[in-house]
Amino acid sequence: MSALARSHSLVDLSVPTIHRRRWGSILLKALCWLAGIITMGILALIVIYICVRGIPHLKPSMFEVRYTSRNVSMLHAILNTLSMTGLSLLFSVPVGVFGGIYLAEYARPGSRLVRLVRVTAETLAGIPSIIYALFGMLAFVVTLKMGISVLSGALTLALMTLPLILRQTEESLLAVPLSYREGSFGLGAGKLRTTIRIVLPVAMPGILAAVLLSIGRISGETAALIYTAGTATRIAGALESGRTLSVHLYQLQQEGRFIVEAFAVAVVLLVIVVLMNALSSLIARKLTTKG
Amino acid sequence: MRGLFLASACVCILAVLIISAFLFINGLPFFRAYPPVDFVLGTEWAPLRDVFGILPMIVGSFYVTFGALLLGAPIGILTAILMARFAPAPVVRAMKPAVALLAGIPSVVYGFFGVMLLVPLVREHIGGTGKSVLVASVLLAIMILPTIIQTSLAAINAVPQTYYEGSLALGATHESSVFRAIVPAARPGIISGMVLGIGRAIGETMAIIMVAGNNPRMPGDLLKGVRTLTVNVLMEMGYAADLHRESLIATGVVLFLIVMAINYLFSFFNRRRVMQ
Repeated sequence: MSALARSHSLVDLSVPTIHRRRWGSILLKALCWLAGIITMGILALIVIYICVRGIPHLKPSMFEVRYTSRNVSMLHAILNTLSMTGLSLLFSVPVGVFGGIYLAEYARPGSRLVRLVRVTAETLAGIPSIIYALFGMLAFVVTLKMGISVLSGALTLALMTLPLILRQTEESLLAVPLSYREGSFGLGAGKLRTTIRIVLPVAMPGILAAVLLSIGRISGETAALIYTAGTATRIAGALESGRTLSVHLYQLQQEGRFIVEAFAVAVVLLVIVVLMNALSSLIARKLTTKG
Repeated sequence: MRGLFLASACVCILAVLIISAFLFINGLPFFRAYPPVDFVLGTEWAPLRDVFGILPMIVGSFYVTFGALLLGAPIGILTAILMARFAPAPVVRAMKPAVALLAGIPSVVYGFFGVMLLVPLVREHIGGTGKSVLVASVLLAIMILPTIIQTSLAAINAVPQTYYEGSLALGATHESSVFRAIVPAARPGIISGMVLGIGRAIGETMAIIMVAGNNPRMPGDLLKGVRTLTVNVLMEMGYAADLHRESLIATGVVLFLIVMAINYLFSFFNRRRVMQ
């Protein structure tokens, strides 16, 4: 209502002279373009700066199996990132997708439970990673005695990425037209079969986009991992400590001796994130053109 | 299967409860040994002498967040207006993935960029050591840009086209229709985007720890170092023991409460937007 009332103030616009109005408009529009150029310029600056200083140092010796202070290999960090991602998604994808199915297909829309899950998912998404770090350390490392390990880190990150997957699954399912379900019911399929065989496949691109974004977030996460998965420089098993790429980058920068190699790690991290983003938006675009 | 689906949906609720429980159970014993008022309002942080005052970090967190908002909000909102109403379609198509990429870049890469490029730049051309409130704020501003742009863009696009058409019909130009009719109507959404940005900035750790100098003193001018609540936890958790360790968990509890308050503020503005 107030917005409508405010738009009535347009009548006041006829008071200032046409001259002033035109200059004001041009100025505001110019400011918009300036802001857009700044935003794009910043992105370009970051990407170009990291690439220019990092790509020349991507040597084959940085991908040797064993890390030594001579080759400063990042292969272990890449493999740890992969296992961390896989293990983490192993927990968050089923829980997120099943939960999303419940919210979209089974729960009464707008029921108290649905509202509560939405609020808590939003809360989880808003909790800073350093709080997750504390929780992961207190809960998984100490209380459940998993120690500083890839598993502790993966469980912590699973909680962090859960809200993204849950909400995206719910929204993708809700976007599937009702007629699909009616058609399936009409042919005699039950609720579960309809959900799994008819509705879920249609919603799959949306869910996949969320999973890809989660992979990007897991590869980039640092704060939550330092005290849960640790900083060991080896290819870690699930119950061993091992650093991921982003932790590797942080440690190299802190040590200060391997800045050149740190730039190379930053390039690899950027490539992963760009790739995940591109794939995710590609899938999302496919989804919108089909729908 | 229905039961399994239901249980999965409840994991979120359970997770919030368990996270809160772990934080409070591990953090609250500290307050039995140390008066909460001295903790929150104390200006000195000296773990070796068992003096734990986190006011410098609380002020520091809000200081850099305010700086980030001051820089990031105008640029973000104006960029969103540009994308919604002024830029031609091909430009918008190029900008959308770019903004998503800005959101996807890991905070440790932002921090690395900051400490390698911005810190020396400030040290050589403006003064100080370079590790400063200024660099931390600039970096945070960049990091909250995508949040503000995406939320504002959604809010502006959600304003009914009739507002714009009505304004044109009254004789206003395209520009003044955008700024006087559409943007004011999108204000609640834009504000909730800013609140979301504040939440992100106050919770950020990695980027700040690399560029802020991290001195646990009351923050001074823009070129002095600063330590935030998040940094306090991450920096000292590695070697802290006993009361010191508990004080860090208590720092986490304070941060958690601040973030919760901001989240509540966000959902408050969001509700108002939905009602409109």
